[in-house]
Amino acid sequence: MSENKILVFIDQFKGQALPASWEALGAGLHLAEKLDTGVAVLVAGPQAQSLAEQAYQYGAQQAFYADDETLSDYRPEPYAALIAKVAGEQDPDVLLLPTTMRGRELAAMAAIDLEGGVLADVTELEVQDGKVIATRPIYAGKLLSKAVCEAKPQIITTRGRAFSKPEQDPARAGTPTQVEAVMAADEIPSRVVEYSESEGGVSLTDAGVVVSGGRGVAMNPNLTPPSDLDEKEAEIWKAQQGFELVGELADVLGGAVGASRAAVDAGYIPYRHQVGQTGKVVTPDLYIAIGISGAIQHLAGMRNSKMIVAINKDPDAPIFKLARFGVVGDLYSVLPPLIEAFRERLGK
Amino acid sequence: MKIVVCIKQVPDSAAKVVVEDGQVTWGDAPLVMNPWDEYAVEAALQQSEAHGGDVIVVSMGGEGVQEALKNALAMGCNEAILINDPALAQADSQATARVLAAAIQKIGHVDVAFFGRQAIDDDMGVTAAQTARVLGWPSLSLVSVIEAIDPDGGKIRVTRTIEEGRQVMESRLPALLSVSKDIGEPRYPSFMGIRKASRANIPQWTLEDLGIQAPQSVVRWPEIMNPPAKEVTTEIIEGETPEEKAEKLAGKILAEKVL
Repeated sequence: MSENKILVFIDQFKGQALPASWEALGAGLHLAEKLDTGVAVLVAGPQAQSLAEQAYQYGAQQAFYADDETLSDYRPEPYAALIAKVAGEQDPDVLLLPTTMRGRELAAMAAIDLEGGVLADVTELEVQDGKVIATRPIYAGKLLSKAVCEAKPQIITTRGRAFSKPEQDPARAGTPTQVEAVMAADEIPSRVVEYSESEGGVSLTDAGVVVSGGRGVAMNPNLTPPSDLDEKEAEIWKAQQGFELVGELADVLGGAVGASRAAVDAGYIPYRHQVGQTGKVVTPDLYIAIGISGAIQHLAGMRNSKMIVAINKDPDAPIFKLARFGVVGDLYSVLPPLIEAFRERLGK
Repeated sequence: MKIVVCIKQVPDSAAKVVVEDGQVTWGDAPLVMNPWDEYAVEAALQQSEAHGGDVIVVSMGGEGVQEALKNALAMGCNEAILINDPALAQADSQATARVLAAAIQKIGHVDVAFFGRQAIDDDMGVTAAQTARVLGWPSLSLVSVIEAIDPDGGKIRVTRTIEEGRQVMESRLPALLSVSKDIGEPRYPSFMGIRKASRANIPQWTLEDLGIQAPQSVVRWPEIMNPPAKEVTTEIIEGETPEEKAEKLAGKILAEKVL
């Protein structure tokens, strides 16, 4: 048993912690202060030891790591078993994970193994009478809920960008404790055959700037598609020219490219770019909506961005109601000078 | 091959959901099959078409949930089961997972179970992995492609989406999969399917039928509220030329120091 009543799982890929992991640690430190306790972290997989050492610099009081060969490719079962073992021994009141693909499923499984309860994708945490109360957006942010977990551990995943990353202080140090993996190689039901990493780019949910395109990007009247394309192919060809501009603007601003569901469904851009109720929910500092009218499902996915800017040729598009700044006009004539203006001002 | 697909009924994604007098309401918007679950149904039907076998669709909830199940039948599922028990009215995701796992066990000899990635009402996104955990089955989440499935050899090979790209995984069966939208656009119910579904008599199972006690629910929702209204004053950038508008817009954005 540990006197550090908060345990944080650090999600990593090939030796790199995901940004949301340190944010989860930040959330843990915030809770620890209110609950008068400390924070331990658990890291598993390649280079877990060095990440565990880093966790001390970010303010953890204790760190556990496991880098057994069975953990080098992520699979949920051996990771979940490890979390259940460490949490079972340390007996934390709160188990925190980042809301990443891995964090969410591990939280889910840990809640079954530990007979706790999970509150996923939380944006705020407070403490009342020694109990943690979480705020969670529901209905893709159309509503907010307060949620509590009455079992121990209270398992919480923190939404990316909702909590701040703690300061890193190289002077802080500690010696992490190694823990053994729980499952033997032949007990693990799945194996990873191969990876293919997606072509670079900034992840939508971590991005400080998101530039999104909608159906409007296919509507450039001044473009003539190659003559051997049929109508649908010509539309997609036009849309891709439009998304090149969207991508260029995102690049200049160091941001990620998003899209409306209409653009994804029309085949203009792959699904992983979709922002909205059936895509990703994003909360960047700056969201630029280009050729997006603003269906309620899209607004649900981006309405909590700090600043929204809309470029649309329809002055009545609902997106303008949420926008701090709007330009009514043709995106093909506005985007090139806008990219140029940012390039100049940002010295790129 | 025996396939189960688990679905939830939720307010339509176009619904304007608000809290009025402490109650969540969505006006006259219809209740529909959770949009993510339509992809799970599609995945299940694709596999049964390719390899034979029945697709059994399961949901938990009150009488009204029969509508969502009928929609799944109209899409082509062979059988539907509704788990309806008043003791489950406040079930959290842990409890739901234990009930669904019990139903999958009662159905018996299931090779693969499909789930959507999350429900668009509570946005929790944990029930699939939890159900897999209760069953002791491998959990394959956010599957975008089913590369191969061999029920006799007890093996499945899938591509799944992770933050960093894609991962191809091989796993033993039975397994539980949650699918992403890349699995393929859900089909529309056929005319014949709708007729058949409208006549379907959907069996209802209680906890007693499942042979379990009501699992404990540990998550409470003390308060649900409308998000604070956003005070936005929209400024439309005027200018003679697109260049002038672009120039002004860049200046205004940078002046707000959000970058």
